[in-house]
Amino acid sequence: MIEETFDAIVVGAGPAGNACAHTMASRGLKVLQLERGEYPGSKNVQGAILYADALEKVIPDFREDAPLERHVIEQRLWMMNDRSVSGMQYRSDDFNEELPNRYTIIRAQFDKWFSRRVQAAGALVICETTVTELVRNSQTGRVIGVRTDRAGGFIKANVVVLAEGVNGLIGERAGLRERHKPNHLALAVKEMHFLPRDTLEARFNLQGDEGVVIEAAGTITKGMTGTAFIYTNKESLSVGIGCLISDFEETGETPYGLLESFRKHPAVAPLLADSDVKEYAAHMIPEGGYNAIPQLYGDGWVVVGDAGQFVNAVHREGSNLAMTTGRIAGEVIHQIKARRDPLNAENLALYAQKLEKSFVMKDLKKYRNLPKALHNKHLFTTYPNLISQALQTWFRVDGVEKTAKENEIVKSFFRTRKLTGLASDVWSLARGWR
Amino acid sequence: MHIVVCMKQVPDSGQIRVHPVTNTIMRQGVPTIINPYDLFALEQALQLRDQLGGSITMLTMGPPMAEDSLRKAMAFGADRAVLLTDRYFAGSDTLATSFALATAIGKIGARWGTPDLVFTGKQTIDGDTAQVGPGIAKRLDLHQLTYVARIADIDLAARRITVERRAEGGVQVLATRLPCLITMLEGSNSIRRGSMADSMRAARAEVVKWTAADAGIEDLTKCGLRGSPTVVKRVFAPSPREEKAQLIDTTGLGTDQVAQALMAGILARIPAIEGDLQRAAASY
Amino acid sequence: MKKELSEHFKAYKHVWVFVELEGREVHPVSWELIGAGRKLADTLGVDLAAVVMAAPGEAGRHAVAESFAYGADLAYLVEDPVLAHYRNDPYAKVFTQLVNTYKPEILLLGATTLGRDLAGSVATTLLTGLTADSTELAVDADGSLAATRPTFGGSLLCTIYTLNFRPQMATVRPRVMPMPERREGRVGRVIEVKADLVEEDIVTKVLSFIPDRSSSKANLTYADIVVAGGLGLQSPENFQHVKTLAKVLCGEYGGSRPLVQKGWIEADRQIGQTGKTIRPKLYIAAGISGAIQHRVGVEGADLIVAINTDRNAQIFDFAHLGVVGDATRILPALSEAFRARFAVNRLAS
Ligand SMILES: Cc1cc2nc3c(=O)[nH]c(=O)nc-3n(C[C@H](O)[C@H](O)[C@H](O)COP(=O)(O)OP(=O)(O)OC[C@H]3O[C@@H](n4cnc5c(N)ncnc54)[C@H](O)[C@@H]3O)c2cc1C
Ligand SMILES: Cc1cc2nc3c(=O)[nH]c(=O)nc-3n(C[C@H](O)[C@H](O)[C@H](O)COP(=O)(O)OP(=O)(O)OC[C@H]3O[C@@H](n4cnc5c(N)ncnc54)[C@H](O)[C@@H]3O)c2cc1C
Ligand SMILES: Nc1ncnc2c1ncn2[C@@H]1O[C@H](COP(=O)(O)O)[C@@H](O)[C@H]1O
Repeated sequence: MIEETFDAIVVGAGPAGNACAHTMASRGLKVLQLERGEYPGSKNVQGAILYADALEKVIPDFREDAPLERHVIEQRLWMMNDRSVSGMQYRSDDFNEELPNRYTIIRAQFDKWFSRRVQAAGALVICETTVTELVRNSQTGRVIGVRTDRAGGFIKANVVVLAEGVNGLIGERAGLRERHKPNHLALAVKEMHFLPRDTLEARFNLQGDEGVVIEAAGTITKGMTGTAFIYTNKESLSVGIGCLISDFEETGETPYGLLESFRKHPAVAPLLADSDVKEYAAHMIPEGGYNAIPQLYGDGWVVVGDAGQFVNAVHREGSNLAMTTGRIAGEVIHQIKARRDPLNAENLALYAQKLEKSFVMKDLKKYRNLPKALHNKHLFTTYPNLISQALQTWFRVDGVEKTAKENEIVKSFFRTRKLTGLASDVWSLARGWR
Repeated sequence: MHIVVCMKQVPDSGQIRVHPVTNTIMRQGVPTIINPYDLFALEQALQLRDQLGGSITMLTMGPPMAEDSLRKAMAFGADRAVLLTDRYFAGSDTLATSFALATAIGKIGARWGTPDLVFTGKQTIDGDTAQVGPGIAKRLDLHQLTYVARIADIDLAARRITVERRAEGGVQVLATRLPCLITMLEGSNSIRRGSMADSMRAARAEVVKWTAADAGIEDLTKCGLRGSPTVVKRVFAPSPREEKAQLIDTTGLGTDQVAQALMAGILARIPAIEGDLQRAAASY
Repeated sequence: MKKELSEHFKAYKHVWVFVELEGREVHPVSWELIGAGRKLADTLGVDLAAVVMAAPGEAGRHAVAESFAYGADLAYLVEDPVLAHYRNDPYAKVFTQLVNTYKPEILLLGATTLGRDLAGSVATTLLTGLTADSTELAVDADGSLAATRPTFGGSLLCTIYTLNFRPQMATVRPRVMPMPERREGRVGRVIEVKADLVEEDIVTKVLSFIPDRSSSKANLTYADIVVAGGLGLQSPENFQHVKTLAKVLCGEYGGSRPLVQKGWIEADRQIGQTGKTIRPKLYIAAGISGAIQHRVGVEGADLIVAINTDRNAQIFDFAHLGVVGDATRILPALSEAFRARFAVNRLAS
């Protein structure tokens, strides 16, 4: 057994755990962080988007040495059917600013860097160590430390921060929260497509460190609720697709099958041509939103990041919520500790209160009904096809007069989805958005 | 007993990609690992130390980030780690590498006691020469035991060691005197899982960093590119074979017919095999 | 880097091959190197010498005679009881002395456990360059040895020179070079050299030598027919089909690296860059994707046959003959076809 007691033990070294450990360690707390991966980020091989704001609040000067791939200057939103893409594109030179707002990153490298900063701030970080259970005081039930899978692995702490991500088992095993429901979880698969830098920049019309993000929905998910994406990194593309687990269960489709057809789509294939495919990673995303958030704190413990279902599925924000919840938890723990108060449920309630006031809870609340509204097959099959047909009718020059074309388009919508269907789709989406 | 283990941090070469046009290595996202062959050496060293007492010093020559690997080695249970890092070492071939490592081992001996044993792995997965071990042995005038599959006996008092060495066509049982250098064969053991206390000690420990000067290297012309007699003149991709395989048309064929067609194809291309097999069949 | 060979190195001439004797047998890699060395010597217009170290007796003499049959012009023969079994110390000492006395410009050794053990010591003592595991040897326009070897895990090749030091040393793995023709009755000059070794001065002793049970060890490398399996076979049970076919064909079996890692086959059955290099007449690869590290170990085969479900598998880029299909079904059928044709049922049952 290890004799020393830590102020806090953080379980997991993803964005949530790192933000929390950094916040506490830099304020002088004695922090131990445990990560089961070979190194922080080793379980997170995928590329991702980093939102600068959330990180700035933890490490203001992060741009100096963080491994950032490209800053995003262009966003494409695609609606796809099997042969076509329609959509929206926004590109602005305003995004070529001094302190850019969004970056593409490769998590394996980014998390490693983040962890180095956490260690520099004074936390003790130990990898290849899995926390197997929370240890409680047998009388009071208060969490007093953790046990790990290494010999002599019981370690004491005043508070345990569960930053174990979406499939973390510790909280569940300790009965602090229930297992995530299949309709609250998306399963995403992701690949890295390596391309020479010059080829990649030519294909996406980029210069220097400029980057593009493509997000796509439509018949590629075969009626299931989900999206696909392509992010540009320096010398690679992150390509992925994800759908609700409950939908996979229902349809029998496989994530890899979807990714394969996305890759082969006529609008995607040329972007990926001749690339060297390397990683194939599957990962879950908690998409239950506000209604799925579990109990967030108790006697001697708090939950941050994906483990607490903090993901805004609509805007594809996750790591920023993870960092924000981690930071706020860290600040609260420091505050309580500075007052020399016990880290019990009563005092830790401050964490939940602060979250309520932050954008985290406000955004999640705003979209709380959206998951249900989005769970609508027509959004992913019927509409993309209709829109594609409409645009094709509109753009083809074939001697048919324009009024006839307009009528044909309008009719096609009513024919396929009826007035009631259309109205209810619009209504539920609008309500979900409100 | 004092044991020095030489360990290298290497790119996980399975994940290296080559730029299709320029033929240069695209290193982005290629993780680094402890040279897998060196872990067999480390585990053997740990077992000896656990059995006979003493300490283990890890030694790596490499870039600053190699510190991660050394820390990991300490989490397995090694007592201390020295990282030899200096821009003068860049571009070292095996001769220059063994010079730097041998000099550093001398310094390690002066500081923590002359080593009784120096271990290296069989080979690295990037350099892949299996020559650095013998190079170190020669420079330090240590008895050299390569491709050791097992340490059969070690007697510290008598300064004797007996090992089983993989040789061509058999196993050589060799006895020699300490100090000696051992290159450990793969598969001879498997690396342990360090205890919680070891990992915490490793996370807090300081990795000793030495420049060339710190290691006692005076003659820098023996280091790095300048100290390397070999010169790499050209790096290129293997040329693809002109024609691809001739594929047997299997449309409409059952498995047995495919097999027949395949056999016919093989026999047509190397008729000599037919004779060989007939003779083999007849001799039974 | 420019070539600026200093005066005293200019005296270095001739190509040497170290002839590897373990017990009474010469390792075939030595003859392969004599074949390669012959070409280098001819290009340079110099002699090719074999270096033989042995205990006094038949074996050393025989090795010298064989060296001539395979193409050496002359042989340095060092006979001493101390050299009965390979040990680094006396061998390195004698070899270094030979080099310093007779000054060869090129020195070739087999990349075997013996050759690598010796080469590293000799190169370090002589402070010269050594290219390990070369796959191609050539002489440049200015007479330098250009040794090509795989690098970065086999994804690339590089050509290495030892411009300003002599000798230029290289090791080559068994079966990388073809076996040269053996011509009975060729003779050459023998230069006998005394070694002045004293057993008492040698600290390292050979206590015993345990020969491998006549198992796979050498056989896979030198087999005429090799059947190998990869991950595509999906289970160790299915790997049995590979063994059966190998048996039917009186060949050896092997596999890709992942199979060793999974424990389906022993490490000495691995074929490829970090396993064995083979050069059989027939190589059958079933369920092997043909990664570059595997490819470099089998490219010397006369006929490469691939069975793979994936039409685009890399293996079809360098195989000669292929079937797109399920190996777990085709292998047993193929065994059956051969078995029927040659009626060797008893062999394989
Ligand atoms: C395909 C995909 C794409 C995404 N893209 C984006 C994006 O572009 N932008 C964005 O903001 N978000 C994105 N997300 C979401 C984002 O990845 C997550 O919201 C974020 O990683 C959550 O951080 P976290 O620290 O809570 O959890 P994680 O990053 O999952 O970290 C948890 C860590 O805890 C460790 N751990 C778990 N259990 C234990 C244990 N018992 N003991 C020790 N260690 C343990 C794990 O190994 C892991 O390292 C994406 C997610 C996916 C799956
Ligand atoms: C430093 C280094 C050294 C290495 N050294 C070696 C080495 O010496 N030797 C070596 O082999 N590898 C080596 N490797 C590993 C090498 O890179 C490959 O990973 C390995 O060769 C792949 O093995 P595989 O072909 O069996 O498996 P895979 O690459 O997984 O291929 C399996 C193949 O089977 C096919 N298949 C699937 N099902 C069937 C079926 N039913 N019937 C027929 N085909 C089927 C698939 O289409 C696929 O092509 C090395 C790697 C590194 C990094
Ligand atoms: N840079 C290095 N630092 C420490 N040890 C090394 C280094 N390079 C090689 N070695 C050791 O020498 C062995 C043989 O390496 P190589 O000759 O490159 O195949 C390795 O297994 C290591 O133990």
